[in-house]
Amino acid sequence: MNGKQHLRKMVFFALAGALAIGINTPAAQANNPASAVTLSAQAELPATAVTSKDIKVLPINQAKFWQGQRFDFEVELPLTTSQVAVTINGEDASKVFKQTPTLTQQSTHISYRMNDVAFKEVGEKHVNVVATTSQGTLKQSAKYNVVNEKAQKKAKNVILFVGDGMSMQAKEVARILSKGLSDGKFNDVLAMEKMPHMALVTTSGYDSLVTDSANSASAYNTGNKSVVNAMGVYENSTPDPLDDPKVENISEIISRSQDMSYGMVTTAAVTDATPAAVTAHTRRRGEQNFIATDFLNRAKPPAVILDGGSQFFLPLSTPGSKRKDNVNVIQEFKDKGYQFAGNKTDLAKASADQPILGLFTLNTMNVYMDRAFLPENPAVLKGFNDQPGLVDMTKKAIEVLEKNPNGFFLMSEAGSIDKQLHTMDWQRSAYDTIEFDQAIKYAQDYSKAHGDNTLIIVVADHAHGISITGTYSEQNGKVGREAVRVYGEAGWPTFIDANRDGFPDNPDADVTLAVQYANSPDHYENYRFQTEPHNPATAGKDGKVIANPKRAPQGARLVEGSLPTTTGETSEVHSADDVVLMAQGPGSEYFNGVMDNTEVFFGILRALGIDGNKDVIKK
Amino acid sequence: MQLKQWLRPFILCFALQLLALPLTVQASWLNFSDMYAGATSEGLILSDSLLSQNGQTVTMQGYMAPPLKPSINFFVLTETPMSICPFCSTDADWPSDIVVVYLDDAVTALPYNQDITVTGQLDVGSYVDGDTGFVSLVRILGAEVN
Repeated sequence: MNGKQHLRKMVFFALAGALAIGINTPAAQANNPASAVTLSAQAELPATAVTSKDIKVLPINQAKFWQGQRFDFEVELPLTTSQVAVTINGEDASKVFKQTPTLTQQSTHISYRMNDVAFKEVGEKHVNVVATTSQGTLKQSAKYNVVNEKAQKKAKNVILFVGDGMSMQAKEVARILSKGLSDGKFNDVLAMEKMPHMALVTTSGYDSLVTDSANSASAYNTGNKSVVNAMGVYENSTPDPLDDPKVENISEIISRSQDMSYGMVTTAAVTDATPAAVTAHTRRRGEQNFIATDFLNRAKPPAVILDGGSQFFLPLSTPGSKRKDNVNVIQEFKDKGYQFAGNKTDLAKASADQPILGLFTLNTMNVYMDRAFLPENPAVLKGFNDQPGLVDMTKKAIEVLEKNPNGFFLMSEAGSIDKQLHTMDWQRSAYDTIEFDQAIKYAQDYSKAHGDNTLIIVVADHAHGISITGTYSEQNGKVGREAVRVYGEAGWPTFIDANRDGFPDNPDADVTLAVQYANSPDHYENYRFQTEPHNPATAGKDGKVIANPKRAPQGARLVEGSLPTTTGETSEVHSADDVVLMAQGPGSEYFNGVMDNTEVFFGILRALGIDGNKDVIKK
Repeated sequence: MQLKQWLRPFILCFALQLLALPLTVQASWLNFSDMYAGATSEGLILSDSLLSQNGQTVTMQGYMAPPLKPSINFFVLTETPMSICPFCSTDADWPSDIVVVYLDDAVTALPYNQDITVTGQLDVGSYVDGDTGFVSLVRILGAEVN
């Protein structure tokens, strides 16, 4: 957990705090709240003690941990605090965690902190904080739960497939397009839908009903909720996006306790929220340059990284770089023995015996439709004509990871299911969902060939407000809204997959789906496939959101949106709908009913039979 | 004959104007599609056309991207209208072929849904904006916007 970095930061802040006080007043001691605080071993609770929001306990109330899972423990106290007692189940927290807390003065509060602590035993943990302040005696509490379970049959490997934004309806669109129906029955279901275990997953973070991909991936990877734009941390009150208290994630726990390997595959940039949350701890997902350099700073770096996003790995002097320094992160990987793959051909040649860094575009990779189906679309591909697909990348990642006899954890993400729903391009989203399903099929076949040794989980991280309300057909001279067919008029769409590759030969069938959006900015709609993708909306002269005139140029009508026009919502946005989780393999029986998103983490560690108190990595 | 003589100064004047024209408006067009000769994940390859016009006055047509923070003397010019999505985008999610436009004189907000033309000195090379930390590769400096 980079304890040294934290220590350095603590020392820095302590020094900075001391300096600031020195400047403010010569009577430094009297005005330095942090140094004036006395630590008390026992919490004495006077009858007048008031529960106060001015005391913040991180991790928050109701947090759940795996036995031995490490985290940073921080309590924020009012600046006027003169005495504080922090106890856990009645015992001084510093004794429980065998660590002396660091007290640091921040501009708005005093921080009481211990890094890299863990509960060695399972059970309920009651945290009580009592602080003597100028406002009187204040208190705060939090209850944690520490668990450890073992599945009856242990999984050797875990593959977590994240369909970013893949709502149940987005999945159904892919099923309709890929499998079709006869006599009202689906000819087949998707590979992911054949899994024996299924659960509905709630997606909220601890700050808001609606989540983003960072917050959600954080829940899957750490078992702890976070806030929008954050991953692997609880949010403290300082502005620094890299100092928030961390929570240990799957990649860290399995590396140190069982020396397993792990890797990330995504069609987005590897520094984007979902893949980044496998390793990173930051309050701000936009810290992509930090995330890129942080991979190799891990106690055990990923064995395989295949995706887009090279712009965060290139030195500033290289055209296309988004770094603010001249660090050549690709070279750093090469120096550590990684093979570098810059395109599909390189990836095919790469040996599975060495770790691989594969970066195939500067940022998000192109979607299946533009990459494989419409190769004549150079305006979209912009020279990146040799990109691998999610199946190629998932396959190669497994080949590398399976070399570790201790097993592996792979996170494979279809990032553009989400990105294309944001731009209200359900056809591009659906083709990426079909490609995602084919990657899942590959993993299913892999596990079957290896004695069903792999827990495979497929889940979305949040939903989008799309719905299939019927079909759209311009027969009988109808166009636009009048050509939307509902109920019995809808009939069946006419997508054809003559070459049986799973993708309809024409994404713009005569009778296509009438896909409607529950939320949108003002936009032009003609219900048709757009050969060239365009954002639905942009901003007008006054900064208010308006429809993008470039979108849907043929026969489109202006649809008035349902999102606010003054908050910059130029895309369709995430919805708070539950998402579906599908699972197979050892430990998959854990998933059923309605579950909190943090349970994905616990289901994975349970399947692997992780002993969180073990540490096999030599430091 | 007399008419021609009478016309002579006008013809001369017109000819001089024609000569003078390239001196005052010597901007050449630069298209988004002509900026790069190729692209790999190890970097963009700048086109000869882009490099040969470096330091010269160019005119580009595109769209002003809605800034996340109102900024009047600094904006991003893109080939197509841009969206804003605070939760799915960071400044890193710009397309690779953006142009950053610096203006000498502050202008009031421009419509983001109508194409604009920008004329100014082309400046090619990696640069980090001192105020915002925004990284750019191609800039137009001292730009005039229409």
